[in-house]
Amino acid sequence: MLRWIVWRDLILAWRRRADALSTLFFFVIVVSLFPLGIGPEMELLRSIAPGVVWVAALLASMLSLGRLFANDHQDGTLEQLLLTPQPLYLVVFGKVSAQWLTSELPLVCIAPLLGVQFGLSNETLKILVISLVLGTPVLSFIGSIGAGLTLGLKSSSVLISILVLPLYVPVLIFGAGAVEASIMGLSPSSHIYLLSSLTVLSLIFAPWATAAALRISIE
Amino acid sequence: MLSPSEGRVKWQGADIHSLGEEYFTQLTYFGHRPGIKDELTSVENLRVAAGLSGIALTTQKAAEALAKVGLAGRESLAARLLSEGQRRRISIARLAICTSRLWLLDEVLTALDKTAVAFVRSLIEEHLAHGGMAIVATHQDIELSRGVTQRLELTT
Repeated sequence: MLRWIVWRDLILAWRRRADALSTLFFFVIVVSLFPLGIGPEMELLRSIAPGVVWVAALLASMLSLGRLFANDHQDGTLEQLLLTPQPLYLVVFGKVSAQWLTSELPLVCIAPLLGVQFGLSNETLKILVISLVLGTPVLSFIGSIGAGLTLGLKSSSVLISILVLPLYVPVLIFGAGAVEASIMGLSPSSHIYLLSSLTVLSLIFAPWATAAALRISIE
Repeated sequence: MLSPSEGRVKWQGADIHSLGEEYFTQLTYFGHRPGIKDELTSVENLRVAAGLSGIALTTQKAAEALAKVGLAGRESLAARLLSEGQRRRISIARLAICTSRLWLLDEVLTALDKTAVAFVRSLIEEHLAHGGMAIVATHQDIELSRGVTQRLELTT
């Protein structure tokens, strides 16, 4: 059942790959503009790198959130999904997982390449990828609550940002913190542990909140 | 999906809100909007819908169901290339494969031609003959030869 949802959303994403690619390009361009704008001052670039990459990842994930339920809502397939004999929790879990695979995973894969522009060492690049792997699912899952709540509203994309970005702050702090610690030669493990606990919490509780939000929005 | 402003909706003596998913296994809803993904082909649409309701449907079976509603030869076309009537037929094929007992059909005959209307009628009759129930909201006349029917005329 879960595989049907994921399979369906992956096929849909493939047939509309321009959408997923635009998120990726947004991320690449935003991150690349900083070294171009600041110039070749390695020390400065290195110190701002964690923040820049993480903020860009946050903003890029906002781009794809609006599409999470809106398309399904428009053509009536969301109604059908709500009426399937499956727990809505699982439906949401499947949809958000597919969203992470199509919109966030490409960002994680390209991040080390972008990190090179900021003169990060191999060790730091590794930490950057680990922090993104752990942190981006939180973005998807917490974002899905906002997407569910603002479904069908007129200025939903603005509202999602206002609702969701403050909730992203802990992820930003610990994600960027891990990379920063690694740059300064400290152990990033405490940040990574906190980030993992956020991931686990959001994986468990966010689909449940999103399911409730969807029920309210559909009424 | 809406909660009633007054009273309760019950299914076999139990409130549908407490039944939750158990109630949905018994229910198929045919809504105003077709519930069809434009990017998926007709077969994929049907298989996903079946898979989500817990019915395993092979490509072969899905194609047969589509042929029954007059979509033979169009199985691998993306739904956005089909006409409105043809898209409705995919939803009707969904009714033909489902195993639920209660059908809620909202404007099921919209955008359908005569043969398709006749097919929907025979589908509902067959469903009733097997002990199913259907609540049909419609603007067109639909005469059923089998089963017990109750007619509510709503005027505003």
